[in-house]
Amino acid sequence: MTSEQFRRIWFRFGELVTEHRDELNRLDAAIGDADHGTNLARGLAKVAADLGADGSPTHLAASCRQVGMALLSTVGGASGALWGSALLRAAGALPEAETCDTATAVAAARQAVDAIQSRGHAELGDKTMVDVWRPALALLEASVAEGMSGRKAAVAVAERAVTLADETAPLVARRGRASYLGARSAGHVDPGSVSTALFWRAVADIVATS
Amino acid sequence: MKKVLNRVEDVVDEALEGFQAAFPTYLRRVEGTHVLTRTRPKRTGLVGLVSGGGSGHEPAHGGYVGYGMLDAAVAGEVFTSPTPDQVLAGIRAADRGAGVLLIIKNYTGDVMNFEMAQELAQSDGIRVEAVVVDDDVAVDGSLYTTGRRGIAGTVFVHKAAGAAAEQGASLDEVRDAARAAIAHVRSMGFALAPCTVPAAGEPTFTLGTTEMELGIGIHGEPGTERRPVATADDLANMILGRLSEDLALTPGSRLAAMVNGMGATPLLELAVLARRTGQWAREAGHQMDVMWLGEFMTSLEMAGASLTLMRLDDRLAALIGAPADTPALRQGVVHD
Repeated sequence: MTSEQFRRIWFRFGELVTEHRDELNRLDAAIGDADHGTNLARGLAKVAADLGADGSPTHLAASCRQVGMALLSTVGGASGALWGSALLRAAGALPEAETCDTATAVAAARQAVDAIQSRGHAELGDKTMVDVWRPALALLEASVAEGMSGRKAAVAVAERAVTLADETAPLVARRGRASYLGARSAGHVDPGSVSTALFWRAVADIVATS
Repeated sequence: MKKVLNRVEDVVDEALEGFQAAFPTYLRRVEGTHVLTRTRPKRTGLVGLVSGGGSGHEPAHGGYVGYGMLDAAVAGEVFTSPTPDQVLAGIRAADRGAGVLLIIKNYTGDVMNFEMAQELAQSDGIRVEAVVVDDDVAVDGSLYTTGRRGIAGTVFVHKAAGAAAEQGASLDEVRDAARAAIAHVRSMGFALAPCTVPAAGEPTFTLGTTEMELGIGIHGEPGTERRPVATADDLANMILGRLSEDLALTPGSRLAAMVNGMGATPLLELAVLARRTGQWAREAGHQMDVMWLGEFMTSLEMAGASLTLMRLDDRLAALIGAPADTPALRQGVVHD
């Protein structure tokens, strides 16, 4: 992965979230408070502004830290804390260099997922973004271990992530605001899982075309 | 959507300016932040109190900045937790050298962001303790879930901890006073009509003309159950029964109560709930020390109310009854 790819992934993720903002808000209205798309879009606009600013860092670790701080300070809610924690932790696994190999990028993704779980205490099946992150990471690691190219693996993960997000629908939420609805949370897709699937689509879009 | 706004994205910022404009003797905004802090800070050596959360709960939380309650209130976007850097700015503003207590409502986002701020402040050398309020009996508390929400009972916790801090209690003592308040306070709410988050533009749920949502939180989220609308007395009986059971009240309990409007319920109707709350306590043989009636923790323009009961011992009764002088709560004679 190059730092140019890393930046473009975040520009693309911002575009996708803005495109799907109303849909994410609607999903959130059903089991939360109708602002998931708005909050994430606001944070990603700040990320894009920071990454595009003059004098913005060009090394992967510094870029990743910059994205984490921007999300942490503008998204708010659980999403801001979770995405911010993920990026700040992932930055520690990335080099102070403009490129890294696939194994390093995958290791950074693992750090991100671990940070999300330690910050949010969610387990698989709790109807949160972990239900996409954890299996998506497992697929990524397995694909790369089998010798699949980073490009092909990213596309496979992006496809799987959409299915994983859909599969949160029947679950009863045990973490996050939807958990207050108890059994009434079943039958609705988790909005944080949908936005996580959009992230993986952004990764695939950029990695597959560069 | 019809609202009194300029630009949707400016509502929080402009409301904070408005609070400062209306209450300059009480509070000021920490420049460049979403933090309201006391105009006249408490004296050095007293414990600072910080609370906050998403906007849309006015007068919470800025309305409780002042003598006997909070030293700083941190506002997030509407119904969205403030970010760690903002909470950190609140902690710095509230610190008078004796440490800072964070009063957090039990929402996933609030807990995460306040905890991150606590970690940042501690690495700056400020001693910070935190308590999490979870007074909503409508939600099942379980070790395996997020647990009960923090709702209107939080204001009683501000009051009790704020009084302890003002009396010169140490950080550990103020934290323990807050914990005692949390252990003895329970709330539950209902909605007759939903609210509209400005950025979303549409109501967060819809209700038929004869339906209500029971067990709502304070973020416009649907409740735990939908039922036909009941009379004020039936509603009060049902909610007070739930609170009483959860507090394991025995006849002769000493109580504080709060009848809290969610934003669009007339005081006239809230007063009908207050009437039944007083009757209910007498019939059950309880002693009602104090009842607060009004809007303390709202949910934008949601129609509905919540009822809160706090079981008092001598210590809590003294803290709840102690003087306070804030934009939204003024009682007693203040010796400052």
